[in-house]
Amino acid sequence: MKKTLKRSNAPIFWALFGAGGMLSALLGPMLVFITGLAIPLGMLLPVDTMSYAKMLAFAQNIVGKGFIFAIISLFLWHAAHRIFHSLHDIGIHAGIVAKLICYGGALAATLVTAYTLLAIGF
Amino acid sequence: MSENQRIIEIEVLRYNPETDKEPSKQVFDVPFTDDMSVLQGVQYIKDYLDGSLSFRWSCRMAICGSCGMMINGEPSLSCETFLRDYYPARVRVEALAHFPIEKDLVINMEGFIEKLESIQPYIIPKEARTLAQGEYLQTPAQLASYEQFSSCINCMLCYAACPQFGLNSDFIGPAAMALLHRYNIDSRDAGKGERMELVNSEEGVFNCTAVGYCSEVCPKHVDPANAVNQNKTNSAADYFMRFLTPKGGAK
Ligand code: SF4
Ligand code: FES
Repeated sequence: MKKTLKRSNAPIFWALFGAGGMLSALLGPMLVFITGLAIPLGMLLPVDTMSYAKMLAFAQNIVGKGFIFAIISLFLWHAAHRIFHSLHDIGIHAGIVAKLICYGGALAATLVTAYTLLAIGF
Repeated sequence: MSENQRIIEIEVLRYNPETDKEPSKQVFDVPFTDDMSVLQGVQYIKDYLDGSLSFRWSCRMAICGSCGMMINGEPSLSCETFLRDYYPARVRVEALAHFPIEKDLVINMEGFIEKLESIQPYIIPKEARTLAQGEYLQTPAQLASYEQFSSCINCMLCYAACPQFGLNSDFIGPAAMALLHRYNIDSRDAGKGERMELVNSEEGVFNCTAVGYCSEVCPKHVDPANAVNQNKTNSAADYFMRFLTPKGGAK
């Protein structure tokens, strides 16, 4: 009497969650330090390191684009997954609704990021 | 002997399905000595104070896995937990969390047994061998790779510790996954494909949110959390690789 088993689609979200988690653990604190403290306070790097012109050039470079895209999108997929599971843990099993809000939000932000990065050109 | 005999309060969660609507607590004063386990305390209650108290036990030496209880809220083997460590405070004893109670401290373990059966906990050989071909040989290194996962005594403490099993009792859970992993990585076994179906399913590993409490309470250091998390990677690989392999991975 074997139950029929349905394959879970979790690996997709789990893989994005894992990638985002790895990236945020490795780069998150450093990015907060550089963009939030070091540059505005003029520590180590000159204050105009993140000037509009420089950041625009960064975002127009193919590698820079990839970096910005990965940071924004994967961080959000990580957060979405974490929030979705935390809702479950505290007893909110909204199922499809929670799923749509969490993962839908990450997906929407991913698309907007991709569109914007492409729109500012190369 | 009598000078070092003290009295400890043991609070027991009682439940009789024939007369009680819901479980309730009852406190007993139990004389104890330094060498007495919580199990012996509960046995004292049954022998001298209230013969109707029900609980499971057998070996009294952390081998059989039948005496698991919540002791002050922690999943523990009552035969290797000592009253002296709680005295002079009261010690609280309850049935294992997350399982239906059959009576008092006895839980219904049917669901767990079904899970154990579902993972096919036996070696599924690549090809059958005749007696004349002799035994399957294995190197010490091959043995070492799965040995840790084979020391489970089915005490279910890890299930009582797992918040995700508490939320969804369909989750295959820590001990069954550890045992599944034990067979999957055994060099004599070729049943991984069949077992992966369960790992990959909605009842499978992705119910786990990496809490890790299961491994903390395990009296045999099986580290079921490790088995579960290794199989998340295996399952994710299986999920994506099936698009690349002709046989399409496990169903
Ligand atoms: S894995 Fe450990 S805690 Fe879980 S049933 Fe086996 S021995 Fe008990
Ligand atoms: S009585 Fe056997 S493990 Fe405790």
